[in-house]
Amino acid sequence: MLAKRIIPCLDVRDGRVVKGINFVNIRDAGDPVENAVFYDEQGADELTYLDITASHEKRKIMLDVVEKTATDVFIPLTVGGGIGSLDDIRDLLNAGCDKVSINTTAVNNPEFIAQASARFGSQCIVVAIDAKRSTGEPGDTPPWLKGSESLSYLDITSHLDTAWEVYTHGGRRAKGIDAVRWARYMEEIGAGEILLTSMDRDGTKIGYDIELTRAVSEAVNIPVIASGGAGELGHLYDALAGGKADAVLAASIFHFRQHTIREAKEFLHAKGVTMRL
Amino acid sequence: MIAIVDYGMGNLKSVEKGFIKSGVAVKVTQQPADILCAQGVVLPGVGAFKDCMGNLDRLGLIGPILRAIESGKPFLGICLGLQALFTESEEFGHCAGLNVFKGKVVRFPASELKVPHMGWNIVRFKNKPPIFDGIDDNRYFYFVHSYYVVPEDSSITAGATDYGVEFTSMIWKDNVIATQFHPEKSQAAGLQILKNFGAFAAKH
Repeated sequence: MLAKRIIPCLDVRDGRVVKGINFVNIRDAGDPVENAVFYDEQGADELTYLDITASHEKRKIMLDVVEKTATDVFIPLTVGGGIGSLDDIRDLLNAGCDKVSINTTAVNNPEFIAQASARFGSQCIVVAIDAKRSTGEPGDTPPWLKGSESLSYLDITSHLDTAWEVYTHGGRRAKGIDAVRWARYMEEIGAGEILLTSMDRDGTKIGYDIELTRAVSEAVNIPVIASGGAGELGHLYDALAGGKADAVLAASIFHFRQHTIREAKEFLHAKGVTMRL
Repeated sequence: MIAIVDYGMGNLKSVEKGFIKSGVAVKVTQQPADILCAQGVVLPGVGAFKDCMGNLDRLGLIGPILRAIESGKPFLGICLGLQALFTESEEFGHCAGLNVFKGKVVRFPASELKVPHMGWNIVRFKNKPPIFDGIDDNRYFYFVHSYYVVPEDSSITAGATDYGVEFTSMIWKDNVIATQFHPEKSQAAGLQILKNFGAFAAKH
Protein backbone atom coordinates (compact mmCIF):
# COMPACT_ATOMS: atom_id res chain seq x y z
CA MET A 1 0.00 0.00 0.00
CA LEU A 2 1.12 3.48 -0.83
CA ALA A 3 1.90 5.32 2.41
CA LYS A 4 0.45 8.73 3.21
CA ARG A 5 3.18 11.35 3.35
CA ILE A 6 4.20 13.86 5.99
CA ILE A 7 5.98 16.86 4.54
CA PRO A 8 7.60 19.48 6.78
CA CYS A 9 7.86 22.90 5.19
CA LEU A 10 10.63 25.38 5.85
CA ASP A 11 10.25 29.07 5.05
CA VAL A 12 13.55 30.36 3.69
CA ARG A 13 14.44 34.02 3.27
CA ASP A 14 17.79 35.09 1.80
CA GLY A 15 19.08 31.55 2.37
CA ARG A 16 18.07 31.41 6.02
CA VAL A 17 15.22 29.51 7.68
CA VAL A 18 12.76 32.00 9.12
CA LYS A 19 11.32 29.81 11.85
CA GLY A 20 13.99 27.23 12.50
CA ILE A 21 13.77 24.23 14.77
CA ASN A 22 14.38 25.04 18.39
CA PHE A 23 16.30 22.01 19.41
CA VAL A 24 19.46 21.25 21.29
CA ASN A 25 20.95 19.21 18.43
CA ILE A 26 20.58 22.03 15.98
CA ARG A 27 23.60 24.30 16.17
CA ASP A 28 22.29 26.89 13.79
CA ALA A 29 18.50 27.11 13.70
CA GLY A 30 18.73 29.33 10.64
CA ASP A 31 20.63 26.87 8.47
CA PRO A 32 18.22 25.19 6.04
CA VAL A 33 20.48 22.18 5.51
CA GLU A 34 20.72 21.44 9.25
CA ASN A 35 16.95 21.66 9.51
CA ALA A 36 16.53 19.43 6.48
CA VAL A 37 18.92 16.79 7.82
CA PHE A 38 17.11 16.83 11.16
CA TYR A 39 13.73 16.20 9.50
CA ASP A 40 15.20 13.54 7.24
CA GLU A 41 16.55 11.67 10.26
CA GLN A 42 13.16 11.89 11.95
CA GLY A 43 11.54 10.17 9.00
CA ALA A 44 10.07 13.00 6.95
CA ASP A 45 8.75 11.60 3.66
CA GLU A 46 9.62 14.70 1.66
CA LEU A 47 10.79 18.24 2.31
CA THR A 48 9.50 21.55 1.04
CA TYR A 49 11.34 24.86 0.97
CA LEU A 50 9.19 27.92 0.52
CA ASP A 51 11.42 30.72 -0.73
CA ILE A 52 10.08 33.99 0.64
CA THR A 53 13.08 36.03 -0.49
CA ALA A 54 11.77 39.40 -1.58
CA SER A 55 14.55 40.66 -3.81
CA HIS A 56 15.12 39.03 -7.15
CA GLU A 57 18.92 39.31 -6.93
CA LYS A 58 19.06 37.24 -3.79
CA ARG A 59 17.07 34.37 -5.33
CA LYS A 60 20.26 32.70 -6.54
CA ILE A 61 21.06 31.95 -2.90
CA MET A 62 18.29 29.36 -2.97
CA LEU A 63 20.12 27.39 -5.65
CA ASP A 64 23.08 27.08 -3.31
CA VAL A 65 20.79 25.95 -0.47
CA VAL A 66 19.22 23.31 -2.74
CA GLU A 67 22.60 22.10 -3.93
CA LYS A 68 23.87 21.69 -0.36
CA THR A 69 20.65 20.01 0.77
CA ALA A 70 20.80 17.52 -2.09
CA THR A 71 24.30 16.53 -0.99
CA ASP A 72 23.10 15.31 2.38
CA VAL A 73 19.41 14.56 2.15
CA PHE A 74 18.08 11.72 0.00
CA ILE A 75 14.34 12.21 0.07
CA PRO A 76 12.33 14.26 -2.43
CA LEU A 77 12.75 18.01 -2.18
CA THR A 78 10.23 20.56 -3.45
CA VAL A 79 10.95 24.26 -3.81
CA GLY A 80 8.25 26.90 -4.15
CA GLY A 81 8.11 30.67 -4.22
CA GLY A 82 8.82 33.15 -6.97
CA ILE A 83 9.13 30.69 -9.86
CA GLY A 84 8.32 32.64 -13.00
CA SER A 85 10.19 31.10 -15.91
CA LEU A 86 11.22 27.77 -17.38
CA ASP A 87 14.82 28.74 -16.66
CA ASP A 88 13.97 29.12 -12.97
CA ILE A 89 12.68 25.55 -12.98
CA ARG A 90 15.66 24.20 -14.90
CA ASP A 91 18.11 25.86 -12.51
CA LEU A 92 16.35 24.43 -9.45
CA LEU A 93 16.15 20.91 -10.90
CA ASN A 94 19.81 21.07 -11.92
CA ALA A 95 20.72 22.15 -8.40
CA GLY A 96 19.14 18.92 -7.13
CA CYS A 97 15.53 19.65 -6.28
CA ASP A 98 12.91 17.17 -7.47
CA LYS A 99 9.74 19.21 -7.78
CA VAL A 100 8.84 22.85 -8.02
CA SER A 101 5.66 24.37 -6.70
CA ILE A 102 4.07 27.15 -8.72
CA ASN A 103 1.30 29.47 -7.58
CA THR A 104 1.01 33.04 -8.88
CA THR A 105 2.57 32.33 -12.27
CA ALA A 106 -0.02 29.60 -12.86
CA VAL A 107 -2.86 32.00 -12.09
CA ASN A 108 -1.43 34.76 -14.27
CA ASN A 109 -0.51 32.46 -17.14
CA PRO A 110 -1.77 28.86 -17.03
CA GLU A 111 -0.01 28.11 -20.31
CA PHE A 112 3.19 28.17 -18.22
CA ILE A 113 2.07 24.99 -16.44
CA ALA A 114 1.49 23.27 -19.78
CA GLN A 115 4.93 24.33 -21.02
CA ALA A 116 6.69 23.38 -17.80
CA SER A 117 5.03 20.00 -17.74
CA ALA A 118 5.84 19.29 -21.38
CA ARG A 119 9.47 20.25 -20.86
CA PHE A 120 10.28 18.74 -17.46
CA GLY A 121 7.53 16.15 -16.96
CA SER A 122 4.37 16.53 -14.90
CA GLN A 123 5.96 14.55 -12.03
CA CYS A 124 7.96 17.63 -11.03
CA ILE A 125 5.26 20.26 -11.50
CA VAL A 126 3.29 20.94 -8.33
CA VAL A 127 0.59 23.59 -8.59
CA ALA A 128 0.08 25.43 -5.32
CA ILE A 129 -3.45 26.70 -4.80
CA ASP A 130 -4.24 29.22 -2.07
CA ALA A 131 -7.97 28.97 -1.47
CA LYS A 132 -10.33 30.89 0.73
CA ARG A 133 -14.04 30.50 1.41
CA SER A 134 -15.97 32.61 -1.04
CA THR A 135 -17.20 35.94 0.23
CA GLY A 136 -19.96 36.01 -2.38
CA GLU A 137 -18.22 38.83 -4.20
CA PRO A 138 -15.75 37.26 -6.62
CA GLY A 139 -12.45 39.04 -7.20
CA ASP A 140 -11.28 40.46 -10.49
CA THR A 141 -10.32 37.69 -12.92
CA PRO A 142 -6.84 37.70 -14.50
CA PRO A 143 -6.61 39.27 -18.00
CA TRP A 144 -6.22 35.96 -19.85
CA LEU A 145 -9.57 34.80 -18.52
CA LYS A 146 -11.46 37.94 -19.43
CA GLY A 147 -13.63 37.51 -22.49
CA SER A 148 -11.82 34.31 -23.32
CA GLU A 149 -14.56 32.41 -25.09
CA SER A 150 -12.31 29.52 -25.99
CA LEU A 151 -11.85 28.90 -22.31
CA SER A 152 -15.47 29.30 -21.35
CA TYR A 153 -15.98 25.54 -21.44
CA LEU A 154 -13.58 25.32 -18.56
CA ASP A 155 -16.08 27.15 -16.49
CA ILE A 156 -13.45 28.03 -13.96
CA THR A 157 -14.59 31.51 -13.06
CA SER A 158 -16.34 31.86 -9.74
CA HIS A 159 -20.01 30.91 -9.77
CA LEU A 160 -22.86 31.52 -7.40
CA ASP A 161 -22.19 28.05 -6.02
CA THR A 162 -18.46 28.63 -5.64
CA ALA A 163 -17.47 27.64 -2.14
CA TRP A 164 -13.76 28.50 -2.32
CA GLU A 165 -12.01 31.06 -4.44
CA VAL A 166 -8.38 31.13 -5.61
CA TYR A 167 -6.23 33.83 -3.99
CA THR A 168 -2.73 35.13 -4.61
CA HIS A 169 -0.39 37.42 -2.68
CA GLY A 170 -0.64 35.50 0.57
CA GLY A 171 -4.42 35.47 0.60
CA ARG A 172 -4.87 39.17 -0.10
CA ARG A 173 -6.03 39.11 -3.72
CA ALA A 174 -9.12 37.19 -4.82
CA LYS A 175 -8.83 36.07 -8.42
CA GLY A 176 -12.43 35.34 -9.34
CA ILE A 177 -11.57 31.68 -9.95
CA ASP A 178 -13.32 28.67 -8.42
CA ALA A 179 -10.66 26.71 -6.50
CA VAL A 180 -12.08 23.23 -7.15
CA ARG A 181 -12.54 23.83 -10.88
CA TRP A 182 -9.10 25.42 -11.01
CA ALA A 183 -7.54 22.30 -9.53
CA ARG A 184 -9.23 20.17 -12.19
CA TYR A 185 -8.02 22.49 -14.94
CA MET A 186 -4.47 22.42 -13.61
CA GLU A 187 -4.53 18.61 -13.69
CA GLU A 188 -5.82 18.69 -17.26
CA ILE A 189 -3.01 20.89 -18.53
CA GLY A 190 -0.16 19.12 -16.79
CA ALA A 191 0.10 19.51 -13.02
CA GLY A 192 1.45 16.36 -11.36
CA GLU A 193 0.33 17.24 -7.86
CA ILE A 194 -1.70 19.90 -6.03
CA LEU A 195 -0.48 21.69 -2.92
CA LEU A 196 -3.69 23.03 -1.44
CA THR A 197 -3.51 25.70 1.25
CA SER A 198 -6.54 27.00 3.07
CA MET A 199 -5.89 30.69 3.57
CA ASP A 200 -8.70 30.75 6.13
CA ARG A 201 -6.82 28.23 8.25
CA ASP A 202 -3.18 29.04 7.52
CA GLY A 203 -1.46 30.05 10.75
CA THR A 204 -4.55 29.44 12.91
CA LYS A 205 -3.58 26.00 14.29
CA ILE A 206 -7.28 25.07 14.46
CA GLY A 207 -6.98 22.36 11.81
CA TYR A 208 -7.03 21.98 8.04
CA ASP A 209 -10.12 22.93 6.04
CA ILE A 210 -11.38 19.37 5.65
CA GLU A 211 -14.28 20.20 3.33
CA LEU A 212 -11.99 22.06 0.94
CA THR A 213 -9.40 19.30 1.02
CA ARG A 214 -11.99 16.65 0.33
CA ALA A 215 -13.68 18.63 -2.44
CA VAL A 216 -10.39 19.09 -4.31
CA SER A 217 -9.10 15.59 -3.62
CA GLU A 218 -12.30 14.07 -5.01
CA ALA A 219 -12.29 16.40 -8.03
CA VAL A 220 -8.83 15.45 -9.31
CA ASN A 221 -6.98 12.23 -10.00
CA ILE A 222 -3.54 13.53 -9.02
CA PRO A 223 -2.16 13.59 -5.46
CA VAL A 224 -3.29 16.41 -3.17
CA ILE A 225 -1.19 17.78 -0.31
CA ALA A 226 -3.25 19.46 2.42
CA SER A 227 -1.79 22.58 3.98
CA GLY A 228 -2.74 25.33 6.38
CA GLY A 229 -3.98 25.05 9.94
CA ALA A 230 -2.24 22.04 11.53
CA GLY A 231 -1.98 22.61 15.28
CA GLU A 232 -2.12 19.08 16.69
CA LEU A 233 -1.67 15.51 15.53
CA GLY A 234 -5.41 14.89 15.25
CA HIS A 235 -5.54 17.53 12.52
CA LEU A 236 -3.17 15.50 10.37
CA TYR A 237 -5.45 12.51 10.74
CA ASP A 238 -8.52 14.55 9.81
CA ALA A 239 -6.91 15.82 6.60
CA LEU A 240 -5.77 12.34 5.53
CA ALA A 241 -8.87 10.40 6.57
CA GLY A 242 -11.72 12.91 6.30
CA GLY A 243 -10.11 15.19 3.73
CA LYS A 244 -8.82 12.25 1.64
CA ALA A 245 -5.49 14.03 1.18
CA ASP A 246 -2.51 12.03 -0.03
CA ALA A 247 -0.07 14.01 2.07
CA VAL A 248 -0.02 16.67 4.76
CA LEU A 249 2.26 19.66 4.88
CA ALA A 250 2.97 21.27 8.22
CA ALA A 251 5.37 23.85 9.56
CA SER A 252 5.00 25.15 13.09
CA ILE A 253 3.73 21.88 14.62
CA PHE A 254 7.19 20.45 13.92
CA HIS A 255 9.39 23.53 14.08
CA PHE A 256 8.53 24.36 17.63
CA ARG A 257 9.06 20.79 18.71
CA GLN A 258 5.47 20.43 19.73
CA HIS A 259 5.73 17.03 18.07
CA THR A 260 8.41 15.13 16.21
CA ILE A 261 7.66 13.65 12.82
CA ARG A 262 8.16 10.23 14.30
CA GLU A 263 5.50 10.87 16.94
CA ALA A 264 3.14 12.05 14.22
CA LYS A 265 3.76 8.92 12.19
CA GLU A 266 3.27 6.60 15.14
CA PHE A 267 0.06 8.40 16.07
CA LEU A 268 -1.31 8.09 12.53
CA HIS A 269 -0.17 4.50 12.18
CA ALA A 270 -2.00 3.61 15.41
CA LYS A 271 -5.14 5.11 13.90
CA GLY A 272 -4.85 2.86 10.88
CA VAL A 273 -3.23 5.25 8.38
CA THR A 274 -0.56 3.62 6.19
CA MET A 275 2.75 5.19 7.17
CA ARG A 276 6.38 4.55 6.37
CA LEU A 277 7.72 4.07 9.88
CA MET B 1 34.23 4.34 -12.47
CA ILE B 2 30.48 4.17 -13.00
CA ALA B 3 28.99 6.05 -15.96
CA ILE B 4 25.69 7.83 -15.33
CA VAL B 5 24.12 8.35 -18.73
CA ASP B 6 23.08 11.96 -19.20
CA TYR B 7 20.50 12.22 -21.97
CA GLY B 8 18.63 15.28 -20.79
CA MET B 9 15.92 13.46 -18.87
CA GLY B 10 15.37 14.62 -15.33
CA ASN B 11 17.31 14.88 -12.22
CA LEU B 12 20.74 13.30 -12.61
CA LYS B 13 22.11 15.42 -9.82
CA SER B 14 20.54 13.38 -7.07
CA VAL B 15 21.69 10.11 -8.63
CA GLU B 16 25.22 11.49 -8.84
CA LYS B 17 25.09 12.83 -5.29
CA GLY B 18 23.65 9.55 -4.02
CA PHE B 19 26.61 7.61 -5.41
CA ILE B 20 29.08 10.17 -4.05
CA LYS B 21 27.47 9.91 -0.61
CA SER B 22 27.81 6.12 -0.89
CA GLY B 23 31.51 6.46 -1.67
CA VAL B 24 31.24 5.36 -5.31
CA ALA B 25 33.17 7.17 -8.08
CA VAL B 26 30.86 8.23 -10.90
CA LYS B 27 30.96 10.27 -14.07
CA VAL B 28 27.90 11.92 -15.56
CA THR B 29 28.39 11.60 -19.29
CA GLN B 30 26.94 11.76 -22.78
CA GLN B 31 30.00 10.18 -24.37
CA PRO B 32 29.66 6.66 -25.86
CA ALA B 33 33.33 6.03 -25.04
CA ASP B 34 32.71 6.63 -21.32
CA ILE B 35 29.83 4.15 -21.35
CA LEU B 36 31.92 1.52 -23.08
CA CYS B 37 34.92 1.79 -20.75
CA ALA B 38 32.99 2.26 -17.48
CA GLN B 39 32.89 -0.58 -14.93
CA GLY B 40 29.16 -0.10 -14.61
CA VAL B 41 26.43 1.88 -16.32
CA VAL B 42 23.47 3.68 -14.75
CA LEU B 43 20.51 4.77 -16.88
CA PRO B 44 18.37 7.11 -14.75
CA GLY B 45 15.56 9.35 -15.90
CA VAL B 46 12.12 10.74 -15.26
CA GLY B 47 9.67 12.11 -17.79
CA ALA B 48 8.11 10.83 -20.99
CA PHE B 49 9.10 7.55 -22.66
CA LYS B 50 9.06 9.01 -26.17
CA ASP B 51 11.42 11.88 -25.24
CA CYS B 52 13.67 9.38 -23.48
CA MET B 53 14.04 7.18 -26.56
CA GLY B 54 14.28 10.23 -28.84
CA ASN B 55 17.10 11.73 -26.81
CA LEU B 56 19.03 8.45 -26.53
CA ASP B 57 18.77 8.07 -30.30
CA ARG B 58 19.74 11.66 -31.07
CA LEU B 59 22.81 11.45 -28.84
CA GLY B 60 23.89 8.17 -30.40
CA LEU B 61 23.64 6.35 -27.08
CA ILE B 62 21.40 3.42 -27.98
CA GLY B 63 24.22 1.39 -29.52
CA PRO B 64 26.68 1.93 -26.65
CA ILE B 65 24.02 1.09 -24.04
CA LEU B 66 23.05 -2.12 -25.82
CA ARG B 67 26.72 -3.07 -26.23
CA ALA B 68 27.38 -2.41 -22.55
CA ILE B 69 24.48 -4.66 -21.57
CA GLU B 70 25.46 -7.41 -24.03
CA SER B 71 29.05 -7.36 -22.83
CA GLY B 72 27.88 -8.34 -19.35
CA LYS B 73 28.72 -4.99 -17.75
CA PRO B 74 26.78 -4.28 -14.54
CA PHE B 75 23.82 -2.12 -15.50
CA LEU B 76 21.36 -0.26 -13.29
CA GLY B 77 18.20 1.27 -14.75
CA ILE B 78 16.12 3.66 -12.67
CA CYS B 79 12.47 4.55 -13.34
CA LEU B 80 12.41 5.51 -17.04
CA GLY B 81 15.72 3.65 -17.25
CA LEU B 82 13.79 0.48 -16.37
CA GLN B 83 10.94 1.15 -18.77
CA ALA B 84 13.28 1.93 -21.68
CA LEU B 85 14.64 -1.65 -21.53
CA PHE B 86 11.33 -3.09 -22.77
CA THR B 87 9.90 -3.65 -26.24
CA GLU B 88 7.40 -0.83 -26.33
CA SER B 89 5.38 1.66 -24.33
CA GLU B 90 1.77 2.65 -24.78
CA GLU B 91 2.58 6.19 -23.61
CA PHE B 92 1.45 8.69 -26.30
CA GLY B 93 0.33 5.98 -28.69
CA HIS B 94 3.02 3.39 -29.20
CA CYS B 95 6.70 3.93 -28.91
CA ALA B 96 9.51 1.40 -29.37
CA GLY B 97 11.97 0.82 -26.53
CA LEU B 98 15.42 -0.79 -26.37
CA ASN B 99 13.87 -4.28 -26.46
CA VAL B 100 16.46 -5.79 -24.14
CA PHE B 101 13.50 -7.53 -22.53
CA LYS B 102 10.26 -8.55 -24.21
CA GLY B 103 7.29 -6.79 -22.73
CA LYS B 104 5.21 -3.68 -22.58
CA VAL B 105 5.04 -0.49 -20.56
CA VAL B 106 1.41 0.21 -19.66
CA ARG B 107 -0.51 2.87 -17.76
CA PHE B 108 -2.13 2.22 -14.40
CA PRO B 109 -5.78 1.31 -15.07
CA ALA B 110 -8.37 3.99 -14.32
CA SER B 111 -9.61 3.58 -10.76
CA GLU B 112 -10.14 5.65 -7.68
CA LEU B 113 -6.37 5.55 -7.12
CA LYS B 114 -4.40 8.67 -7.99
CA VAL B 115 -2.02 8.68 -10.95
CA PRO B 116 0.95 9.30 -10.84
CA HIS B 117 1.68 6.69 -8.23
CA MET B 118 3.67 9.09 -6.08
CA GLY B 119 5.22 8.44 -2.70
CA TRP B 120 6.58 5.60 -0.60
CA ASN B 121 5.47 2.06 -1.25
CA ILE B 122 6.60 -1.45 -0.33
CA VAL B 123 8.80 -3.65 -2.50
CA ARG B 124 8.27 -7.40 -2.01
CA PHE B 125 11.14 -9.53 -3.23
CA LYS B 126 10.37 -12.23 -5.77
CA ASN B 127 14.00 -12.96 -6.50
CA LYS B 128 16.39 -10.87 -4.45
CA PRO B 129 19.40 -9.61 -6.42
CA PRO B 130 22.80 -9.42 -4.71
CA ILE B 131 22.82 -5.62 -4.81
CA PHE B 132 19.97 -5.77 -2.29
CA ASP B 133 22.22 -7.34 0.33
CA GLY B 134 21.51 -5.77 3.69
CA ILE B 135 18.03 -4.68 2.65
CA ASP B 136 15.03 -6.35 4.22
CA ASP B 137 12.00 -7.56 2.35
CA ASN B 138 8.97 -5.23 2.40
CA ARG B 139 10.95 -2.03 2.71
CA TYR B 140 9.51 1.28 1.57
CA PHE B 141 10.99 2.99 -1.49
CA TYR B 142 10.08 6.23 -3.23
CA PHE B 143 8.08 6.02 -6.46
CA VAL B 144 6.83 8.55 -8.96
CA HIS B 145 5.41 7.17 -12.21
CA SER B 146 2.22 6.68 -14.20
CA TYR B 147 3.33 3.64 -16.23
CA TYR B 148 4.77 0.28 -15.25
CA VAL B 149 6.44 -2.63 -17.00
CA VAL B 150 4.80 -5.96 -17.84
CA PRO B 151 7.59 -8.42 -18.72
CA GLU B 152 6.68 -11.38 -20.96
CA ASP B 153 9.10 -13.51 -18.98
CA SER B 154 7.86 -13.21 -15.41
CA SER B 155 11.06 -14.80 -14.09
CA ILE B 156 12.89 -11.46 -14.51
CA THR B 157 10.57 -9.83 -11.95
CA ALA B 158 12.80 -9.42 -8.91
CA GLY B 159 10.39 -7.34 -6.83
CA ALA B 160 6.72 -6.39 -6.89
CA THR B 161 4.60 -3.62 -5.45
CA ASP B 162 0.84 -3.17 -4.96
CA TYR B 163 -1.00 -0.15 -6.26
CA GLY B 164 -4.46 -1.27 -7.28
CA VAL B 165 -2.65 -3.92 -9.29
CA GLU B 166 0.47 -5.85 -8.37
CA PHE B 167 3.16 -4.55 -10.69
CA THR B 168 6.82 -5.32 -11.36
CA SER B 169 8.80 -2.73 -9.41
CA MET B 170 12.21 -4.30 -10.00
CA ILE B 171 13.76 -6.62 -12.54
CA TRP B 172 16.95 -8.65 -12.51
CA LYS B 173 18.54 -10.78 -15.16
CA ASP B 174 22.25 -11.54 -15.19
CA ASN B 175 24.10 -8.20 -15.20
CA VAL B 176 20.99 -6.05 -15.55
CA ILE B 177 19.09 -4.69 -12.56
CA ALA B 178 16.45 -2.02 -12.87
CA THR B 179 14.05 -0.43 -10.44
CA GLN B 180 10.83 1.50 -10.94
CA PHE B 181 11.47 3.31 -7.66
CA HIS B 182 14.19 5.86 -7.06
CA PRO B 183 17.04 4.54 -4.85
CA GLU B 184 18.52 8.06 -4.85
CA LYS B 185 15.35 9.35 -3.18
CA SER B 186 14.80 6.42 -0.84
CA GLN B 187 16.99 7.44 2.05
CA ALA B 188 19.27 4.88 3.73
CA ALA B 189 17.93 1.78 1.95
CA GLY B 190 18.30 3.50 -1.40
CA LEU B 191 21.86 4.59 -0.75
CA GLN B 192 22.69 1.04 0.29
CA ILE B 193 21.62 -0.16 -3.17
CA LEU B 194 23.84 2.42 -4.87
CA LYS B 195 26.74 1.42 -2.65
CA ASN B 196 26.19 -2.28 -3.39
CA PHE B 197 25.96 -1.58 -7.11
CA GLY B 198 29.27 0.29 -6.93
CA ALA B 199 30.90 -2.68 -5.19
CA PHE B 200 29.35 -5.12 -7.68
CA ALA B 201 30.66 -3.08 -10.63
CA ALA B 202 34.12 -2.75 -9.07
CA LYS B 203 34.42 -6.53 -8.75
CA HIS B 204 33.30 -7.09 -12.30
